[in-house]
Amino acid sequence: MNFPILSSLILLPLIGSFFIFFNKSSEKNRTIKYVSIFITFSNFLLALYLWYIFDKTISDFQFIEDREWISGLINYKVGIDGISILFVVLTAFITPLCVISVISTIKYRLKDFLIAILIMESLMIGVFCSLDLVVFYLFFEGGLIPMFLIIGIWGGERRVYSAFKFFLYTLLGSVLMLVAIISIYWIAGTTDVQELYKIGIDQKYQNLLWLAFFSSFAVKTPMWPVHTWLPDAHVEAPTAGSVLLAAILLKMAGYGFIRFSIGLFPVASEYFVPLVYVLSIIAIIYTSLVALMQDDMKKLIAYSSVAHMGFVTLGIFTMTQQGIEGSIIQMISHGLISAALFLCVGVIYDRRHTRQIKDYGGLVSVMPKYAILFMIFTLGAVGLPGTTGFVGEFLILLGAFKKSFIVAIFASIGVILSAAYMLWLYRRVVFGKIVNADLKNIVDLNKSEKIILWTLAIPSIFYGFYPEPIFNTIDVSINSLIQTYNANLDIYFAGKN
Amino acid sequence: MEYIVIFLPLLGAFFSGFFGNLIGNKFSQILTSAFVSISAIFSILIFYNVLTNNYESNLIVAKWINSGALNVNWSIKIDALSSVMLVVVTFVSSLVHIYSIGYMSHDPHKPRFMSYLSLFTFSMLTLVTSDNFLQLFFGWEGVGLCSYFLIGFWFKRETANAAAIKAFLVNRVGDFGLALGIFLIFYMCGTINYDEVFQQISTLSQSELNFVGINLNPINLICVLLFIGAMGKSAQLFLHTWLPDAMEGPTPVSALIHAATMVTAGVFLVVRCSPIYEYSPLALALVTIVGMTTALFAATIALVQNDIKKIIAYSTCSQLGYMFFAAGVGAYNVAMFHLFTHAFFKALLFLGAGSVIHSFKDEQDINLMGGVNRKLPYTYVLMLIGTLALTGFPLLSGFYSKDAIIEFAYLKGTNLSYIAASVGIFTALLTSIYSWRLIFKTFHGKYNNPNVSINEIHESPAVMIIPLMILALGSILIGLIFKDLFIGPDSFNKFWKSSIFLINPLSTEHPPLWFLLTTPIIVTFSIPFTFYIFVKKTKIPSLIAEANKPLYNFFKNKWYFDELYDFIFVQQSKKIGLFFWKKIDGSIIDKFGPDGISLLIKKISNKAVKFQSGFIYQYAFIMLLGFSVFLTILIIN
Repeated sequence: MNFPILSSLILLPLIGSFFIFFNKSSEKNRTIKYVSIFITFSNFLLALYLWYIFDKTISDFQFIEDREWISGLINYKVGIDGISILFVVLTAFITPLCVISVISTIKYRLKDFLIAILIMESLMIGVFCSLDLVVFYLFFEGGLIPMFLIIGIWGGERRVYSAFKFFLYTLLGSVLMLVAIISIYWIAGTTDVQELYKIGIDQKYQNLLWLAFFSSFAVKTPMWPVHTWLPDAHVEAPTAGSVLLAAILLKMAGYGFIRFSIGLFPVASEYFVPLVYVLSIIAIIYTSLVALMQDDMKKLIAYSSVAHMGFVTLGIFTMTQQGIEGSIIQMISHGLISAALFLCVGVIYDRRHTRQIKDYGGLVSVMPKYAILFMIFTLGAVGLPGTTGFVGEFLILLGAFKKSFIVAIFASIGVILSAAYMLWLYRRVVFGKIVNADLKNIVDLNKSEKIILWTLAIPSIFYGFYPEPIFNTIDVSINSLIQTYNANLDIYFAGKN
Repeated sequence: MEYIVIFLPLLGAFFSGFFGNLIGNKFSQILTSAFVSISAIFSILIFYNVLTNNYESNLIVAKWINSGALNVNWSIKIDALSSVMLVVVTFVSSLVHIYSIGYMSHDPHKPRFMSYLSLFTFSMLTLVTSDNFLQLFFGWEGVGLCSYFLIGFWFKRETANAAAIKAFLVNRVGDFGLALGIFLIFYMCGTINYDEVFQQISTLSQSELNFVGINLNPINLICVLLFIGAMGKSAQLFLHTWLPDAMEGPTPVSALIHAATMVTAGVFLVVRCSPIYEYSPLALALVTIVGMTTALFAATIALVQNDIKKIIAYSTCSQLGYMFFAAGVGAYNVAMFHLFTHAFFKALLFLGAGSVIHSFKDEQDINLMGGVNRKLPYTYVLMLIGTLALTGFPLLSGFYSKDAIIEFAYLKGTNLSYIAASVGIFTALLTSIYSWRLIFKTFHGKYNNPNVSINEIHESPAVMIIPLMILALGSILIGLIFKDLFIGPDSFNKFWKSSIFLINPLSTEHPPLWFLLTTPIIVTFSIPFTFYIFVKKTKIPSLIAEANKPLYNFFKNKWYFDELYDFIFVQQSKKIGLFFWKKIDGSIIDKFGPDGISLLIKKISNKAVKFQSGFIYQYAFIMLLGFSVFLTILIIN
């Protein structure tokens, strides 16, 4: 096992982007299209292979690569465990779909867009693999730049405002996290995550450090009240941008909570549990109600994303096996379903150039295939049993119920509300009579749209019925995470008494 | 065999749903009907096997959720209880499938319709054959989903879409209770598989639970939460508002889902959980109260409705109330018996009503019908049988099951059960009146429809009438044949066995003769009475309505539940949502957050720009100033 498979996953898209950059292709851009599809697809196969050879029975990090980078200070260290591998696979799965979608819809500066996506993939996979805080930080923040450009260049009318809002919010949190990482280096003498897990961080610093990390993750999740950038970013971003943002970028924060907040600062995490619960519940109920009132389809789905991510943060901080596993499944599920929903909006936006709900209605008569797929994803977002959304939400609520009845009850109200806003959206867009005469000539899904949407629909149903492969992969790692967490707390409370 | 029963309907749904256009309308109708019919035959075989050999089994199909202590499988559990449900579901479903071939003959979306029906059947089967609460929940939401699809089947109608969403949301409120109940079960027992849960209940009933600051008996709480779920699905008082609206769907749907099968899932849940409910007298009392109130309340509304389907819908609501209060007084087997017989005669009534509506070219108002008993002889006779069975006319199936409910309530001998028994008798009278009102206004009197001439009215095709005949046969005979098996004195030893649990065995005495005779007499004598006021002296009803205007309006407007809920929940949620979005997100978070910051930076940089004036003397002056301040600080220190 000396083949550096993780580095290959990280570097392959980057190499692809260089190739595209230096390619002086003809008018039709045929070469770069094929290259980008080929690169991202092989990366996906590589990720699947990684999942296949991944040893599910051990909780330790695997496929570790450790290279000296800045002598004595920082090592380039990557490795994965049961928690990170699925995110790597998810990233590698979503990116080729984005590339296909971009190729068939974007006309303006296609080459640059593809470069941005490929770089983005490299950085995202890097985030989920890195085992050194500094390396993590670089990947984590680096991811902002392509996203910033995607919104700023290919966005809608208010793209500059949105791009800056996005940047301002996320940067604010990031600065604090950087300070925290530097402090960790001074406190513990290393930024190696594996080392830090072993030696632990002195309790008296944990609360401050936790808050610094939290401020960065909370913005990216996004949690209430730092969520207002997300609807704007989604509305202005091109479809592929929204997909990347919803499916992968938001997951970095959830992953960060599990890997760093809980892993490195158990005492502080326990201390701040009530804060996270309260913010999560506000996110779930508040944004669901806001989503109910939206006129813009993308904004509605963006707000629903905030609500769904509220479930994720709630589940993670239940510190129960069900809660955390539920959160991971919820993140994967949200990655598939919200991505698909944004694509669904993109499909009709490309045809009619409006995202206003009132401009549609009665689409089922003219776009039956679209109606089926949109229905599948609507039901996924509603969390109907038989979709991954249900498995995630159910486990999260089950975990939350163990910790606090009242929290679980409030969060369950969100499940009712999600049905309300999604079904109402669907009814207004797809059902009813065609009122708007322009819609009569709208064409149903073309081949590439069908492929993309079915590719997203099948796993979200399959893993809803049979999530065993996912549980199998994450079970051991989560179990050991919780055990370590509880052991650390025991030591702390024993010392206190 | 079990696999065939469960998965054939799914297969049918799959083929006609995805390849409906490929295989054609006719073929997808035949395919789905055949699959469900085969499934029905095998269900009857299983039922027979249970009956004669005490067959029981629990097949594990696959793992489902396996997270920490939570281990849930996809399973097929067969025992007396689920075998009864299997028969009800597949049998009625197959007849409805066949009937739909005729009923939907003018509809352009036949494969889609058949696919939904089959998918519904599959979901309902997973619900009843589950060996754990989660698969039950899967089926529970699955049937809710199919119900949503089928209510909104005519998607161009705004009212149908609204009704579909309403059904889904009200059911979600119920599901919210059910889900919390499941969470609590897992919290208390560490498992959600029936057998393992039921074993722990007797020890748990001694414990206490601090729930949101109040100390409660966990068993009571579990039962109440599960019952909220049951109320949603079975359209009991407070969560009933979706059922009448659900009549927007095609009539076969109403017969299958909103009469015979899905709405009985709540009753099934309570009976299935009898090992839990038996330890909670409080919850049983609640079930009794809600059941009898619904029975009465829905009957009062049914008295004054004019839509033929809505009358039957409220009637269903009312009959479900009966089943619940039977379960509430501990007579679970009687509840199941009524569920069983009700499935036949209510499906018959709905499908009969469908036949009438079909003949009247989609007219549903009974004021616009009348006098067609000669024109629709089969439908007339069949509906008559259904009505007789529903009202509990002696020797028909409703007589055995409904009167048994009232008798067992009486025999239970508590104050509450006496009240329940009297409410039951009174509701039986109301049932009789509204049912006969429906029959007389539809088939007797003079013809009242201005849109369709009486010569155009013709009987429905055989493909619709034959299923009705089978159901009619069932409505007549089922009660007589199965009464001993379901509610006889040794039914528990012989048939139900462990599928229904009782702490105290049911009373085997008989109520006094006068009590036994009360209901049949009332029911029988109400027929000529109703005939008199609705056919002979048609002014009387309107005079009564005039005299009691407020009460009439109160019933007519369905006790104003819709208006109340719209005001409390729908409007307020919208207002709050708008407030959060515009005021808090817009005016507070953004204003003080990113927009505020960028504005601030802009202001500061505007000021800062002024420093760069380009005049050297200004720079020199600032430098000098800074230097002197620095020097001063040094000196002072």
